Amino acid sequence: MTISRAGQRRRAKGAPVWEEPPSLLGQAGKSTVLTAVVLAVVVPLWTVVVTSLSSREAINDAGGLVIIPRDFDISAYRILFAGGQVAWALWTSVLVTVIGTAVSLVVTVLAAYALSRPGTIGHRGMLFYFLLTFLIYPGLVPSYLVVTGLGMKDSIWALIAPSAVSVFNLVVVRAFFQGIPQELTDSARLDGAGDFRILTRIMLPLSKAVVAVVGLFYAVGYWNIWFTAVLYIDDNNKSPIQRVLQTYILAGQTPQFSGTQTTLPPTLSIKMAIVMVTIAPIVLVYPFIQRHFIKGVITGAVKG
Amino acid sequence: MSLRARLRREWMLLVMMAPAALLLLVFHYIPTLGNVVAFQDYDPFAGDNPLQAFLHSPFVGFGNFRALFGDPLFWDALWNTLSITAFQLVFFFPLPILLAILFNSVLSGRLRAFIQTVVYLPHFFSWVLVVTIFVQMIGGAGLLSQQLRQAGFGGLDIMTNPDTFILLITAEAVWKDAGWGMIIFLAALSTIDSTLYEQSAVDGAGRWRRLWHITLPGLRPVIVLLLILRLGEALSVGFEQFLLQRDAVGSQAAEVLDTFIYYQSIATGNYGYGTAAGLFKAALGLLLILAANKVAHLLGERGVYSTS
Repeated sequence: MTISRAGQRRRAKGAPVWEEPPSLLGQAGKSTVLTAVVLAVVVPLWTVVVTSLSSREAINDAGGLVIIPRDFDISAYRILFAGGQVAWALWTSVLVTVIGTAVSLVVTVLAAYALSRPGTIGHRGMLFYFLLTFLIYPGLVPSYLVVTGLGMKDSIWALIAPSAVSVFNLVVVRAFFQGIPQELTDSARLDGAGDFRILTRIMLPLSKAVVAVVGLFYAVGYWNIWFTAVLYIDDNNKSPIQRVLQTYILAGQTPQFSGTQTTLPPTLSIKMAIVMVTIAPIVLVYPFIQRHFIKGVITGAVKG
Repeated sequence: MSLRARLRREWMLLVMMAPAALLLLVFHYIPTLGNVVAFQDYDPFAGDNPLQAFLHSPFVGFGNFRALFGDPLFWDALWNTLSITAFQLVFFFPLPILLAILFNSVLSGRLRAFIQTVVYLPHFFSWVLVVTIFVQMIGGAGLLSQQLRQAGFGGLDIMTNPDTFILLITAEAVWKDAGWGMIIFLAALSTIDSTLYEQSAVDGAGRWRRLWHITLPGLRPVIVLLLILRLGEALSVGFEQFLLQRDAVGSQAAEVLDTFIYYQSIATGNYGYGTAAGLFKAALGLLLILAANKVAHLLGERGVYSTS
């Protein structure tokens, strides 16, 4: 019996025995595509990091953005954090994100729990009330009139309150609560526990994954707020970081820094440092929550 | 059990719902009623606050809508919106499916985790950030132009060229969301019974036949679901992405319904007119989602919601 060349090629470890060994062309094509996809994300981010940490000379020699790091210069970050508009914007964004996420999570989890108990008073009606928001939405101008009418202009609550409840997130959490076996809550109820106790002592400890994912969704939403700030925040000192990114990087205005030094580093490295501080919180938090995505996203997508 | 007895037992649930219900009332349902402004010649200075102004503004019937339907700029924006939706249905929608199938054949756990972490990441970036990164990479003064100039070629103008704008915004959307879009198809792929593959392989079905007869039918419910959702959103192609780049390429190419509504209302003070455009968009959007759902039911799929 002769063994063909194709037969000699080893199957990948873990591949089922009935599967044909992969063809060379197929393998090469697959690797190329996946490498290209990964590089499309990694290369821009790499360039931004390296340029933000480069000296004026390195940037001049490269003729702009730096791909291969030549030196290590943190003066751009020093200037950003010394004070001025970028530092203020970071503070505003941190405030909005922390307060907003906390408010959103509390409100969402409470309502999701209440809506996960079928057969209670007004259950069907309230469920309809929440889900109807998917089909009927107000539009830009009426929302603007209500928010300004409530006197929320130039307040960070204008950035938080209108988007505090995401019914999508609510449905995801509710679906997860409904998947928790009824016996657990029934026995707690027999022991005399009320709904609030059942939620905090039984449901929440079992739902850490979904709360983490929904919390990330909310936090990212608040961190990324841009247009809402264009609408409601006129005061430059209350602008969130995305607004700074847009006016100083995209529109090309020059930000004000306190403690201006005589030897300014190249503005390109400052620009890239601003991009970096916008990216950093997302890149730092997201990998820890990513492993829960399938659980969190899919329960909602399937049941909702 | 009497209502009183039930209330005594379940009042806590109503209290728990209250904050979310109240927020939706104030920031969703009351503004929805506020669409009445579409039938007004709304004057923001007719009162001290929007409510007073609303009460003192004259009603004009369907005047705003008549003006809207006679406005060539509105039809341009509608046409741009629908063209972009159609274009992205062909060149964006299938990508997450293909990517998921390709990715699913990667077996090494570590490599899978790494690729997933990287490709999901841009989904969490704001549009400001995505556009900034594109400007820095392929803009006229960006990395690629910089390399091309050093090699003796000219720079790129893709960030400012209205003729290729549809390609640009689709590329941005792909960069941001194609990886993330994969997640739901990966979940669907993991629910396909693996013995089906084994049996058909034993019966002599090759790689491509298994893909066609097992994988794609397994993904069909999810594909239909996402297609319905996309069609229901046919009039929304993204707002911030267009607002951010409208100045760079001009309104001829970058004006979509959402930017039209903004520029015709809050940006210029013509509130009644912009509200009419917004109400038209919302009503048509509602019809679209109901119609798409109906079609899905007729085709025997589950759809987004059932009427039971």
